[in-house]
Parts: sequence; structure tokens; C-alpha cells
Amino acid sequence: MSTDPAGYRRPDAATQPPYDAPAYGSTHLRHPKQPLLRVAHTLSEVAAPRMDAARYPAEADLSVVDGKAAMGERIIVAGRVLDEDGRPVAGAMVEVWQANAAGRYHHPNDQHDAPLDPNFVGRGRVFADADGWYRFTTLRPGAYPWRNHHNAWRPVHIHFSLFGAGFAQRLVTQMYFPGDPLLALDPIYNSTPDPLARERLVGRFNLDITRPEHALGYRFDIVLRGREATPFETGTHA
Amino acid sequence: MSSPATASQTAGPFWHLIEFPQWADLTHADGPNAAVSGERITLAGRIADGAGAPVADALVEIWQAGPDGRYDGAFHGFGRAATDRDGGFRFRTLRPGPVPGRGNALQAPHVTIAIFARGLQKPLFTRLYFAGDSRNQADPVLTAVDPARRNTMIATDAGEGLWRLDIRLQGEGETVFLDI
Repeated sequence: MSTDPAGYRRPDAATQPPYDAPAYGSTHLRHPKQPLLRVAHTLSEVAAPRMDAARYPAEADLSVVDGKAAMGERIIVAGRVLDEDGRPVAGAMVEVWQANAAGRYHHPNDQHDAPLDPNFVGRGRVFADADGWYRFTTLRPGAYPWRNHHNAWRPVHIHFSLFGAGFAQRLVTQMYFPGDPLLALDPIYNSTPDPLARERLVGRFNLDITRPEHALGYRFDIVLRGREATPFETGTHA
Repeated sequence: MSSPATASQTAGPFWHLIEFPQWADLTHADGPNAAVSGERITLAGRIADGAGAPVADALVEIWQAGPDGRYDGAFHGFGRAATDRDGGFRFRTLRPGPVPGRGNALQAPHVTIAIFARGLQKPLFTRLYFAGDSRNQADPVLTAVDPARRNTMIATDAGEGLWRLDIRLQGEGETVFLDI
């Protein structure tokens, strides 16, 4: 008899976007047509790389480069990284990247006719503390066109990449902004069937995170997959 | 207080802002594994879409055990690389050892691969196994795969430490992707 590590729970499909989303053109040739093979979790899925600030230096302020302030509306984004049981994922590595205030990425492939800002790169990295809190300072990004369909514009968003305690918790997502009229028109945002799951992708204005005379604050909590309740017992006899 | 896991969203085409080319070399002299000994290998391949066109804007990550078969040992088994305009990716690493599976069975040596890209609303996971390893025949994941498709997860030995595995997102020769 042996005790295997507890696996991670599978999400309810309605709370996640599908691989094949007809309204999002780039999925057409990139979604697998064969069913995925479900695997019972082993150490390969429940272990995760050790990500820490010694190896991956933190970069919590995107609003300043070499002491020079980027142009745009400075904001603070903060929240907690939790698992599905509400437990903080201490030490989770949170990477972010985004367009500048004019809606352009510091990226050679972004040819949108909007100005680059020499004082804005648009990437950051922070680690959740013991209670799961993370926080970074940045600029409110701009909306930008993306050619998916006629007159298509992405809603304002910040990309997030997270590493938790198990590789199966790996998450790449986007935080949107409240009240954005483009959300209702966005095929990426709207491809997740459950409206509550979509709304959880929208950061909330938060006066406690807002710093007086400095920057508006937004709260964005992120939930990573939770563990199965009990480790599986396997073996030919109990 | 609990809530379902946050919805995944595509990494889009501009994820390179979090690309750090040195992360593709797990054996880098200034990296965390400089003092770890083992068989140096290169893992390389090309990613193609359903039309056979290169996926030139993908984020590829690997996660593997060290030569000792441990995820929590001295070896830091994480890497990240971008595909080039031919859809190619390349990692330098050490060949992993076999790792524990369920029920104390050993799993054949393998590398977990996660792919993120424009048009991928969730990551695609697969595994890379090594051709010619006799432990492949008893591996619980490989043996669960349709024998006709197993080769999509088995890298071929191209000599001089180079192992090649091409990845097809869709269509003929479609890679076996894992729901992990």
C-alpha cells in the first residue's frame, strides 16, 4: 500500500474558456481536435518549481524607469492569491505585463499607431506574502485594436501569470477594469460561459488600496485550483 | 470563504515582455544548476498549427525532475522559451531521472511541457519522453495513450545530446495533450 499525493481539483468547465471559441479567430487552427487525455496527478503535476525573489528578482513598480515617471494614470493593483478553499498561496510568483497608457506594448510586433513611452516597459514580478497578498504599481493601460473582426478593440487589461505550489496550478489570465464598455464586445472575455466567472476577472476600485495624493487602487483576487480533499490510497489490499 | 479557480485567459501575442532568454538554458553557468552534474541534453522542436504553419509566438515552458529523479532536489527544473519564426523552441537541460508515480511505481523519465500562445485560451500540456528508454513501456501515462499516437510524446535521439520533438496543435499527427 502507498499514499499518493493529493491531486488538484478539475475546474467546472463553465468557469473556464474553451480551446475552440469561434468568435476568437486565433483559436480556429490552434485548438486540439482530439480529446485531452486526463491523467491522475503525480509528483510531476503536484510539485512546482521554487520561485523566489533571490532567483527571480521582484519588480513591483512599473510606473518608473530609471527614476523617470511613465506617462499616464498611475494605479496600484493589489489582491490575494488564494486556492479554491480560500487558503492563501504564500510565495506565489505573480508576473504581469501590459500595454502602456496609449494602448501600445513595448514589443516589436506591436505596430499599433500609438506612441511608445521610453519610460514604460510594462512588465513586473511580485511574490505573494504569507497571507497571499501581492501588490504592484503601474499605469492604467490603454485599449487597443486587434483585427479579430471589424473594428475590434481589446478591453483595457493587464496580463497575469502565476506559479503556485503545484505545476497543475499554473495560471495565465487577464485582469479587466470595471465599467469598460468594451467588455460586452470582447470575444475573449465573453467566451467563458459562466457570467460570474467572467465578472471575477474584473478588478474592483478600492479606496483602501488607493493611496492619497498618489494613485487609485484596484483589487484583484486570484484563485488557483484547490487540492482534492483526501490523498488517494492505492494498493492491492488495505 | 471559497471561490472557483480564476478563469484562464490567453497570453496573447505580446507575452515576450516576460521572456528572459537565459531561462531556456537550465545548465547556464550563472544559473541555479551550475553545480549539478548530469547528462547534458538539448530539447528542440517546432510547433505547428492545424494548417501546418509555424506557431511563431508561443511561450513554451518545461518542468522536469533532476538527474536524481527529484523535483525538490538540487536541480531547478523549470525553463521558459519563445518559439522563433519557424515555430522552433530549444532548451538546454540535464536528462531527468525516473520519478515516482502513483502506487510507488516509477514513471519513465519525462519532461512536462506547457504551451501558451495567442489563440490558446488555456495552456496545452504534454510530456516529452525519451525514445529507446525501456521504462517507457511501463509508464502509466504513455501506456494510456493510443499506441498510434504515442510517438507524439516521444522525442527522437538526433545525436550529440539533441532530442527532437515536434508539436502539432491540431490535425494530422496532432500531439496528445494532457488534461492535468
